[in-house]
Amino acid sequence: MSRVILEVERVTKAFGGLLAVNDVSFQMHEGEILGLIGPNGAGKTTLFNLINGVYKPTKGHIRFRGEDITGLPPYEVVKKGLARTHQIVRPLNEMTVLENVVVGACFGADNLGLEPAARVAEEVLEFVGLADFHETLAGKLNLAQKKRLEVARALAAQPKLLLLDEVLAGLNPAEVERMLGVIRKIREQGISILMIEHIMQAIMSLSDRIVVLNFGQKLAEGTPEEVASDPRVIEAYLGDPEMAKKILEEEA
Amino acid sequence: MKLLSRPFFWLIVAVTLLYALLPYLGGNITLRETLVLSAIYIILAANLNLMIGYTGYVNFGSIVFFGLGGYLTLWLIASHHWGLYPAVLFAGLVTSLLAFLLGFGVLRLRGAYFALATIGINEAVKDFVANFEPWGGAEGIFLPFTAFKAMGGPAKALWTVYLLIVLVMGLSLLLTYLVKRSKFGLGLFAIREDEDAAMVLGVKTPLYKTLAYSLSAFLPAVAGGLYFFKNGSVIPDEAFNLHLSIEAIVMVMLGGQGTVTGSAVGAFLYERLRGLLLTLPGLSNFHLVIAGALLLLIILFAPGGLMGWLYRVWPRLRRVLE
Amino acid sequence: MPEILASVLDGLLIGLVYGLAAIGLTLIFGVMDVVNLAHGAVIALGMFAVYFLFESGIHPYLGLVIVAAIGLAFGVFVYLIAVRPIIDGPPLMTLLATFSVSMVIIGVGTALWSTSPYNVDFPVKTLNLFGYTVTSARLVAALAAVLVTAFLYTFLYRTTLGKAVRAVANNREAAELMGIPSQQILALAFGIGTALAMLSGALIATLFPFTILSGGIYELKSFVASVLGGLGNPTGALFGGVILGLIEGAVAPFIKVSWTNVIEFVIFVLILLFFPTGLFGGRR
Repeated sequence: MSRVILEVERVTKAFGGLLAVNDVSFQMHEGEILGLIGPNGAGKTTLFNLINGVYKPTKGHIRFRGEDITGLPPYEVVKKGLARTHQIVRPLNEMTVLENVVVGACFGADNLGLEPAARVAEEVLEFVGLADFHETLAGKLNLAQKKRLEVARALAAQPKLLLLDEVLAGLNPAEVERMLGVIRKIREQGISILMIEHIMQAIMSLSDRIVVLNFGQKLAEGTPEEVASDPRVIEAYLGDPEMAKKILEEEA
Repeated sequence: MKLLSRPFFWLIVAVTLLYALLPYLGGNITLRETLVLSAIYIILAANLNLMIGYTGYVNFGSIVFFGLGGYLTLWLIASHHWGLYPAVLFAGLVTSLLAFLLGFGVLRLRGAYFALATIGINEAVKDFVANFEPWGGAEGIFLPFTAFKAMGGPAKALWTVYLLIVLVMGLSLLLTYLVKRSKFGLGLFAIREDEDAAMVLGVKTPLYKTLAYSLSAFLPAVAGGLYFFKNGSVIPDEAFNLHLSIEAIVMVMLGGQGTVTGSAVGAFLYERLRGLLLTLPGLSNFHLVIAGALLLLIILFAPGGLMGWLYRVWPRLRRVLE
Repeated sequence: MPEILASVLDGLLIGLVYGLAAIGLTLIFGVMDVVNLAHGAVIALGMFAVYFLFESGIHPYLGLVIVAAIGLAFGVFVYLIAVRPIIDGPPLMTLLATFSVSMVIIGVGTALWSTSPYNVDFPVKTLNLFGYTVTSARLVAALAAVLVTAFLYTFLYRTTLGKAVRAVANNREAAELMGIPSQQILALAFGIGTALAMLSGALIATLFPFTILSGGIYELKSFVASVLGGLGNPTGALFGGVILGLIEGAVAPFIKVSWTNVIEFVIFVLILLFFPTGLFGGRR
């Protein structure tokens, strides 16, 4: 097994009396794609926010490439080589697509100047398939393009680990395929990926391993096969009839 | 950036020279007094643009920098016999440093809360100065006549100060242009669009905002020092005139927030309009009404201001006019 | 010692009037997230309204009812012209829009009435309250402020319309889904906020001389009081006003009046920095 890139150790986040994330631990290895699934409100996005420093954990530690990054602000975390996308896309609307990605490159792990950052941005836009939109204002893109812009901005930061928060949600099947291609290409570059996803088929086929959250706690962890056949996981999803139906369909 | 090869840089130089030479060559004092106000407005608007247009934080009390600069300068000259040059530089640096320290606090506030705090700061400083005996309380500070003597007599001193104010105007435009084309500026624009997203993208938002705030204090403070030196006195109500800082917002919005050209053109046009209204019989009392109505019209119908409109009509203009 | 107690009592009474003004400001913020920068100008309008009513022979206290009606209508008008078109835009825009309204009001006021002081000159008695001397005008102003506040609370909590206002304040989209016409409610709330500002101005005009610019200082006091109580929280704003009045009363015997403003603004900025949701919890 290769080296551990991310270690989440007994992390807890309380909002008032509510434990959004409760004593969650797991590890990720270099080059791995780890899927993070769970019913709505299970604490997945909160966990992302804890890992990249948007929130400070109430308890526990987060280590990235052997270094304790617990409580570092997001702008320090990204400079360590840990970038993320947002579930609800957050383009810098009044700036062009290129400028959006240049921001990612400028303030990312390599702390580039404007001109090298522009070169990186052009490469990344080519990579995600937005090369024709350099001068378009980001606010004018459609949802699928905005999702790819989110990925491009994060990639431009030259991360070692990428957190993808539902990059497939809201896309039509063709767009999903296209995004899956992008994700596979990212992995081929040796970048580790931690992803939240609701589209079961996609996450089951992409992930090396899966962590399941429920009510803020880790419910299960293992290969997609192990997790899919875990009775506790099925039970958790059966609470959500839609999801149970989906799983049954996909299993069939 | 190869500054010398940029047409916009030369445009700034040309405008600055025009302001400097037009009244100077003909020795036209009336024109000088008109242009000095216009130059001050451009300084205030351009530096305010760093906050409003670039960073997206509405500073309602930006005039506090201008006033503090004026007070510090006149106090150093009148009470400590400093020369004008070291006094305005020192005033600028101290004001900028104060803004930096204050910035870390108030810039944690967002939106309306920040706007309210900036009003509070200006009013607190004004009331403090009005009660502060070493600075003359409500009577303010008067310059001794000898201060002008050191500069070759009042007539010569006024011309020198005029040229200095025009220089500060040129520097303000140059500064906002350089910031806009820099990595720092890119970070500020990201903050304006979405502060949380900018933070996740790696922009050190607390530091960047504070630097922008501090930077936007320096040249207005220097200008305040020069302006009140030229007046020979400074009183709290003139130095910390909240209305002037709101008018500066109108200028930025009128020209188009976020653009260097817009802040300058907005300030220039506003000064012309104000001058026109003040001289027209029967309208002199209405300049505030017209400014208010103008602001409302811009907000409701042209939030991008003049430049926003021009960019829409001629998109290619974006490449030439910053 | 009795001197300071008398001064604190005075502060308490005027503080209730500050509180009334602050409720107007905080109500508008609470319902529609708009900080009304025309608040001070409207307070000044209230002062002039009661002055002209008094000059035309209407007793100031009777004039209050008329002032409230004018305020309501004026507020709805301002909302429709300046706020409604941009209510869903960035907060900066509503700040600037209400400020532009303030500029227009003050500009017109200055042109019509100059900036020299006016005075509602009606006979004032002094009363003995718990052994302390207060002026009848101050007592009546405080009582009026309490009455208006009680009236407002009855409206907000006991009437269908008032409940609709609270529903919109709580969650505009949800209220719309329940069939509440939110735009009309927002206009009404802006009207009420404006009416409260004018009323407080009218009450202040019975106590002190005023100019068209006098609203500014009370606008700032309203900000301080609302922020003390938590922006968006009417009860908090009332308490904020009382605290402000008490502070003014308590320090008045010891320092020059002009220093109280410095103290208030410093408190204001500190509260914003360290208790941004106020001492009693605001809406954010």
